[in-house]
Amino acid sequence: MRTMTLIAAFVVVAAIALLWIVTVPATVPPSELPAYTPNVDNGRTMFDVGGCASCHSVPDKDPGKGERTRLGGGLALLSPFGTFYVPNISPDASDGIGGWTEADFVTALLKGTSPGGTHLFPAFPYTSYQHMKLADVRDLFAYLKTPPPVPGRVRGHDLAFPFNIRRLVGVWKLLFLHGGPFVPDASKPAEWNRGAYLVNGPGHCAECHSPRNILGAIIESERFAGGPTPDGKGWVPNITPAGLQHEDPAWSAKDIASFLADGMNPAGDFAGGAMVEVIRNTALLGADDRAAIAAYIASLPPRQGPKPPPKK
Amino acid sequence: MIRTVFAVAVIALGISVAVAQQDPIAARKALMKANGDQAKIGLAMMKGEAPFDLEKAHKIFATFEDAAAKAPALFPENSVDEATADDPFSAGPKIWENMADFKARLAKFGTDAKEAAAKVTDLDSFKAAFGSIGKNDCGGCHEQYRLRKS
Repeated sequence: MRTMTLIAAFVVVAAIALLWIVTVPATVPPSELPAYTPNVDNGRTMFDVGGCASCHSVPDKDPGKGERTRLGGGLALLSPFGTFYVPNISPDASDGIGGWTEADFVTALLKGTSPGGTHLFPAFPYTSYQHMKLADVRDLFAYLKTPPPVPGRVRGHDLAFPFNIRRLVGVWKLLFLHGGPFVPDASKPAEWNRGAYLVNGPGHCAECHSPRNILGAIIESERFAGGPTPDGKGWVPNITPAGLQHEDPAWSAKDIASFLADGMNPAGDFAGGAMVEVIRNTALLGADDRAAIAAYIASLPPRQGPKPPPKK
Repeated sequence: MIRTVFAVAVIALGISVAVAQQDPIAARKALMKANGDQAKIGLAMMKGEAPFDLEKAHKIFATFEDAAAKAPALFPENSVDEATADDPFSAGPKIWENMADFKARLAKFGTDAKEAAAKVTDLDSFKAAFGSIGKNDCGGCHEQYRLRKS
C-alpha cells in the first residue's frame, strides 16, 4: 500500500515536472540576430499592415480621431476569457518598450514570450506574427523607436481563472502554435506570395475572419470563413469565395483592393464595425500591397464557416 | 367639396404619419437602401466604370441630404432591430446610448452632402467630395452605430 502511494506521488511529481519543462517559454537569443541595418520605411509599412495603431494607440472617445503614433495602449479587448488591456508599446523606457532589446522584441513577436520570460496571451496575435520575416520584425522595431514616448503603465488583464495562469499558455502553444517563417509557394506569382505573406503574417486577417474553438484557437479548416466577433455581439463575414462570391454583386480582386483603400464595397455600401479601423491602416499602404492582398484573398479556397445566429 | 378634399388630405396625412410611426425600422432601412443604390452609382464613376455625369452626381448628394434630414425621426426609443434573411445589418444599441452624437453625425452628413453638391463640377472634385463623405460620414457612423449580425 505504501509502495503504491509512493509510486502515485512520483507519477504526479514527474507529470508536473514534465509539464513545467515542455511549457518553458521559448526565446530568440541575441546571438541569433546577425548584424543588420534596419529599414525604417519598411518598418512603417509593417506597422501599417499589422494595424498596430488600431489596438495600441491611446483610445479616443471618437474612433479615428486618436493619434496613430501615441502608442500608450489601454484599449479594452473583450473576449470569452475575460478582458485584455492592450499594453503600452511607445518608446517610454519604464512604461513602454523603450527598455526592450531587439532580441526581446523579436522574441515577443515570433515566440509570444515577454522580456521577463513569461508567456504572452495570444490576444496579441503572435500566432500570425510568428510567420513574419526576421528582417521585417527588426525593421518594425526600428520604426517603433520613432513615435513619442507615452508615460503610463496600462493596468493588468482581467481574466477568469484558470485563464489568468500564464504558464498554461505554454500548453496552449503546444497545441496550437505551429509553423515558422512564411515559405513562399514557388508555383505562384510573386504578387500572390506577397499577399499570402501580408495576410497571414503581419496583417493577421484570419485572427478576426475565422471561427475559434472552445480554447480560443482558430479552427484551421474554417480559416477565413468568418464567425462571431470576440465580444459575441456581431458577426465577422466569410472572406473566402464562399462568402464574397455570394454577395450581390460578387467581389472581384479589384473590388477587394479598392475596398481596402476607401472602405467602399461593390454594393455601394461602406465598411462598418472594426473593419473601418482596419481600412484606416490599409489605406496607408502602397497600391501594390493592397493589390497583392486582394489577389491572395480572391484565390482562397471556398470554405463554409459556422452558421450565424438564426434570423428573425 | 373643399371639405372632402381637406378630410381626405387629413386622413392621408394621418395614415402616412401612422405608417412612419408604426415602422420606423422599415423606413430607415429604405433610406439606407436608397443611399446604397446611389453610392453604387458614385462608386462606378469613381472607379471609371461609368462616365462622370454631373446630373447623377447631384442626385447622389440630394439623396444623401434627404436621408440625413429624415433619419433623425426614425430612431425612436427601443426601436432596436434584428437582422433579417435578406439584410445582415441592424442598428446598433449604441445609437440610443449616444443619441446626441448620432444626430450630430446625421446633421454633418446632410451639410457635407449639400456642400458637395454645390462644389462638385468634374470627376476630380467628385472623387474628392464623394470619397470624403464615404470614409468620414458613412464609414464613421457605420463603425460605431451599425452592427453586422450574420
